[in-house]
Amino acid sequence: MIESIRGRSLLSLDDLSKEAIVEVLDTAESFVEVNRRSIKKVPALKGRVVASLFFEESTRTRLSFETAAKRLSADVLSLAVASSSVKKGESLRDTIATIDALGIDAVVLRHRSSGAAMQVSRYVPHVRVINGGDGQHQHPTQGLLDAFTIRQVLSEQRGTTGLESGSELFHGLKILIVGDIRHSRVARSDVAAYATLGAEVRICAPGTLLPDGVATWPVTVVHDVDEALAWADVVGLLRLQSERGSGAFVASLDEFTFTHGLTVERARLLKSEALIMHPGPMNRGVEIDSRVVDSSQAIVERQVSNGVPIRMAVLYLSVAGSREGQAQ
Amino acid sequence: MSAIIIRQGLVVGAHASSVADVLIVDGKIVEVGTVDDAPSDAHEVDARDCWVGPGFVDLHAHLREPGREAAETIESGARAGALGGYCALVAMPNTEPALDSVALVAYVLERGLRTPLDIAVAGAITKDRRGESLAPMAEMAALGVRLFTDDGVGVQDPSVMRRALTYAKPLGVRLAQHCEDEQLAAGGTMNEGVLSGRLGLVGRPALAEELMVLRDIELVRLTGSPLHFLHLSTSRSLEMVVRARDEGLPVSFEVAPHHFTLDESACATYDPVFKVHPPLRSRGDVEALVEALRRGVVDAVATDHAPHAPELKDLAFDEAPAGMLGLEHAASLTFEALGPSPDPQTFFQVLSRGPARIAQLRRDDERVRHSAHGGAMVVGTDANVTVFDPAGRWSVDRHALASRSMNTPYDGRALVGRVSATIAKGRLVVDEGRLT
Repeated sequence: MIESIRGRSLLSLDDLSKEAIVEVLDTAESFVEVNRRSIKKVPALKGRVVASLFFEESTRTRLSFETAAKRLSADVLSLAVASSSVKKGESLRDTIATIDALGIDAVVLRHRSSGAAMQVSRYVPHVRVINGGDGQHQHPTQGLLDAFTIRQVLSEQRGTTGLESGSELFHGLKILIVGDIRHSRVARSDVAAYATLGAEVRICAPGTLLPDGVATWPVTVVHDVDEALAWADVVGLLRLQSERGSGAFVASLDEFTFTHGLTVERARLLKSEALIMHPGPMNRGVEIDSRVVDSSQAIVERQVSNGVPIRMAVLYLSVAGSREGQAQ
Repeated sequence: MSAIIIRQGLVVGAHASSVADVLIVDGKIVEVGTVDDAPSDAHEVDARDCWVGPGFVDLHAHLREPGREAAETIESGARAGALGGYCALVAMPNTEPALDSVALVAYVLERGLRTPLDIAVAGAITKDRRGESLAPMAEMAALGVRLFTDDGVGVQDPSVMRRALTYAKPLGVRLAQHCEDEQLAAGGTMNEGVLSGRLGLVGRPALAEELMVLRDIELVRLTGSPLHFLHLSTSRSLEMVVRARDEGLPVSFEVAPHHFTLDESACATYDPVFKVHPPLRSRGDVEALVEALRRGVVDAVATDHAPHAPELKDLAFDEAPAGMLGLEHAASLTFEALGPSPDPQTFFQVLSRGPARIAQLRRDDERVRHSAHGGAMVVGTDANVTVFDPAGRWSVDRHALASRSMNTPYDGRALVGRVSATIAKGRLVVDEGRLT
């Protein structure tokens, strides 16, 4: 169990303690304030070099990470790598070694293969590796920003602040995740974050889109979407990842909408104060109806804007921080 | 020509073991007992406290030649084999191009003759191992090929497999199957289960292997043609094949050291060195394999030695090729798996006599010029002998292997039991644990 990400790589939320997660959320609170200033920059990582290495296309995550690094005054090496290292004829190890030779303190890695971030952290143990999403495994900063957003919005509703809330408001919070859990790295990170923070997590998906071994996950699998929607305080939807082959796991996108889509009719089952989340990019009309996205209960834009402070917090703690008992 | 005298080892015969000297002259065992009149120029091998038995035979070595000589050659594979105590290797046909013709088989056999070991060939069942049309098995059999397989993958189409079995039967050869239904395996990269779900890796279910095992047992029942099951990795596969064998069906099977020493948890590091097909299985499967080994129901331990150039194992887990090295540590791992007081009879059964019978290695075929293997350690038999030191200790160092590749999953592992000498075709190839 990792008690703090200070001075460490961030590869997964599976092994982070509640304290470690809360530390990131609390740190992010102060960066929210930085992002509201007219001069949105602090010198925390001045002179540090952060490489952003995306082996897989991504607009928002990449932009969000690079913005975060720049607002911390880090130098950013941005490398767009072909989607497959095999095609390029270079091994993952060689690509990393090349970047490392330029002199870097951290690397933000996005890769279409599960485990790539862990492999890279083994290749360059002196570099902090921030997992920006690896295959179907983990997307830790998304999990953290989702938890952050829930805490932020609920705190506001209760007239308090996220910092004061700590992890308290997650205790017994009813969170439902609907959709393609099997192929989703976001779901794995969300489940880890929510469960560790003390929430009660239910998941609902077509049988083919549940992950293997889900019985061992800290969640309850439910099959009645309508009932689950009425139960939930927070509903997290996931992208139906047809690019990962999940198209073949359901009869059609239309049928998925019929069985699990958050349609206008289904949205009426929600409690009036329930929150609707989606990590994006959305398939409007598939897992979520456009009118639902645009409703006041949806906090999708908050998720996006919280991406920057969360990633600032992660980079700051990981790169500027030192492990306890170690010299900086 | 040359003489070797192996002194005072525990000579492991077909049915009993006793301490004796073994005198080898001109490629044959000429005396077993107390040898007082060894030729003065005989090379002395001190085998006190060692086991002396028939040289090991590997049914399953990917020697990569032709086509991927950067990973291994027949020559480097033979050196790795000799260090591992092997006197004969069966070269798998998934080379580039695949060993599916007389010319290619002849090429490998000819290369093999330049090594001190016997290199036998497993020919492809189907052309280019595509699983579609039969390769010229009769022509290859006429060259001395006794095993046929599309290993790397199994023959997916049941009608093709049925036809192959029926065609092979009168040829006196044996087919060997890599059992995995690729459609059910669905491009997976590790064992399907709780861990694959957590790691976000696509799973290869145990059922993908078991379904093909089940199918092929029934095809053997239908055709009466013998079949060897390669690298069985699950408890249920083992159960099914053992039961079929007990019923009298002409089936045999092998297990690979990585399947009885490592489980799927190794994949949690995403290190592609642990990627192999069939995949490392559950703890329970590993225990079932170990149990079967100890009970002596396993026909053969085979390495599935699968060298890969380092850069290919530096790819992401799902992009890296499957397979790991085996030749140099298989005997030690088998010895350890056999438990606290391993039976030397079982040890030589699974590493030599069992596989030799399945490979039908014998000397009556002039064309291949192979010697006989898996013998009873009696006077008059071909001198393929391995001296194994049960108390020997060593550590695996991936940089110090004879193989051209380094993809061993046991790097740094301390092992008990070590091959101290290998005498192949009457020649001392390994002495005191080193190539001569």
